[in-house]
Amino acid sequence: MRAIITVVGCDKVGIIYEVSKVLAENGVNILDISQTIMQDMFTMIMLVSIDKEKVHVSELSSVLDGVGKKIGVSIKIQHEDLFNSMHRI
Amino acid sequence: MLNKHEIIETINMIDKEHLDIRTVTMGISLLSCASSDSDRVAQKVYDKITKSAEKLVKTAEEIEQEFGIPIINKRISVTPISLVLEAAENEDAYIKTAIAMDKAAKEVGVNFIGGYSALVHKGMTRGDKRLIMSIPEVLSRTDIVCSSVNIGTTRAGINMDAVKLMGEIVKETAEKTKDADGFGCAKLVVFMNAVEDNPFMAGAFCGVGEYETAINVGVSGPGVVKCALEKVKGKPFGVVSDTIKNTAFKITRMGQLVANEASKRLGVPFGIVDLSLAPTPARGDSVAYILEEMGLEKCGTHGTTAALALLNDAVKKGGVMATSFVGGLSGAFIPVSEDAGMIEAAKCGALSLEKLEAMTCVCSVGLDMICVPGDTKASTISAIIADEAAIGMINQKTTAVRIIPAPGKKIGDVVEFGGLLGSGPVMKVSDFSSDEFILRGGRIPAPINSLKN
Repeated sequence: MRAIITVVGCDKVGIIYEVSKVLAENGVNILDISQTIMQDMFTMIMLVSIDKEKVHVSELSSVLDGVGKKIGVSIKIQHEDLFNSMHRI
Repeated sequence: MLNKHEIIETINMIDKEHLDIRTVTMGISLLSCASSDSDRVAQKVYDKITKSAEKLVKTAEEIEQEFGIPIINKRISVTPISLVLEAAENEDAYIKTAIAMDKAAKEVGVNFIGGYSALVHKGMTRGDKRLIMSIPEVLSRTDIVCSSVNIGTTRAGINMDAVKLMGEIVKETAEKTKDADGFGCAKLVVFMNAVEDNPFMAGAFCGVGEYETAINVGVSGPGVVKCALEKVKGKPFGVVSDTIKNTAFKITRMGQLVANEASKRLGVPFGIVDLSLAPTPARGDSVAYILEEMGLEKCGTHGTTAALALLNDAVKKGGVMATSFVGGLSGAFIPVSEDAGMIEAAKCGALSLEKLEAMTCVCSVGLDMICVPGDTKASTISAIIADEAAIGMINQKTTAVRIIPAPGKKIGDVVEFGGLLGSGPVMKVSDFSSDEFILRGGRIPAPINSLKN
């Protein structure tokens, strides 16, 4: 399945490194990545592809939560369809 | 590919503006559980509910996690129990079945089960009467069973005998649960034009025209609408309406997505999405604040009915294209105790029972979660029910009364229910009697505008 990962928080060194490390360890492929500063916050958005055989979204979500806490940012992972259904007819 | 702003907008709606799916409700037909033996019915009811809804909560939680959208309530609605128990030989079948419902609902982990109901819009059968008479005891002896009684339809008129009886039942329910400030009444709804696929409590039941089991979803998001309106301050009403429509569309798409997923994963047909704006007592999740955002100093002042009419209509227009099947109650809810803005407005005297009654002409349902003094007479409560029913009958819409005559409480006191049911200030009712009006009994005939064939 494809999911959107969003990382929001104060900018600092190593955010992409920490997040992508965990993704690689769990066999998650990054399809697209963009980052920007929105309302003074570092905002990174990733489109990823998850192999359900390798990791379940709920596990990945809790691992990412741990990473977020460690580096002081908020990390969310959500099924791509959530955004598609809201913004595409 | 989605753009950044769209993604961030969705995340902000969920994180900051309280967007959520208010309820995923599984409708379960219990018609197959009918039997004349009371123990047998109770056992069959328990078995059918626990088997049909075995995976409901787990599946909803998986969807929550995968999509990152909170699903606040998981619930069950069942066939009106009066139908299931019509053949019961003993009166103890009623309490036994209600306890079985309570136990089964707790077993599968839902937070409410609705359907301890009777449909008596024209007349009452022996079973209907027995069910209604058992409501106070059932609501005091069970925790999460909800009850509703339909006392009229536009097609049948108003069953005034039932209206009279329900005033007494509401009082007795309050009395039986007086240790909890009459909490039993928060689980009891008196309907006019009740719908068969309503996912919302306390009035949900699974009608006889429904599937064996089905998934019905109620969406929410008053906070999202309020935040969207903050961006169009001072703009004319056309802009206000468009803004609400756009927002309602997005909110409802979430509901449709969740309904589809739940239906697919559970292997149960998708019934309907209820296009609703349902508040919670959390700050920023209030329908009253939306009305105030339109330019009213306090909800309940002059202009409130017009603001609510616009809101209710725009929610439906925006939502209807976002889902394949609309149903339930569909519209903005105005439960007083469950809405921070309504509570404030009632406390400061801006919002009265009379104004609420007017507001129910233009929005979903009716006088909802209203606390009145404990010494309010049963006939007064019946008269309030009759007024509300008349509004529903003439306007061909669903109306309801969920009123709590809180024992020992006086005007100005506050009744605390806790959780999603919130807290309600005790509101003033008229001191003048409606006794003789209610004593007449009989039926108010169906109105001329019901004759459509």
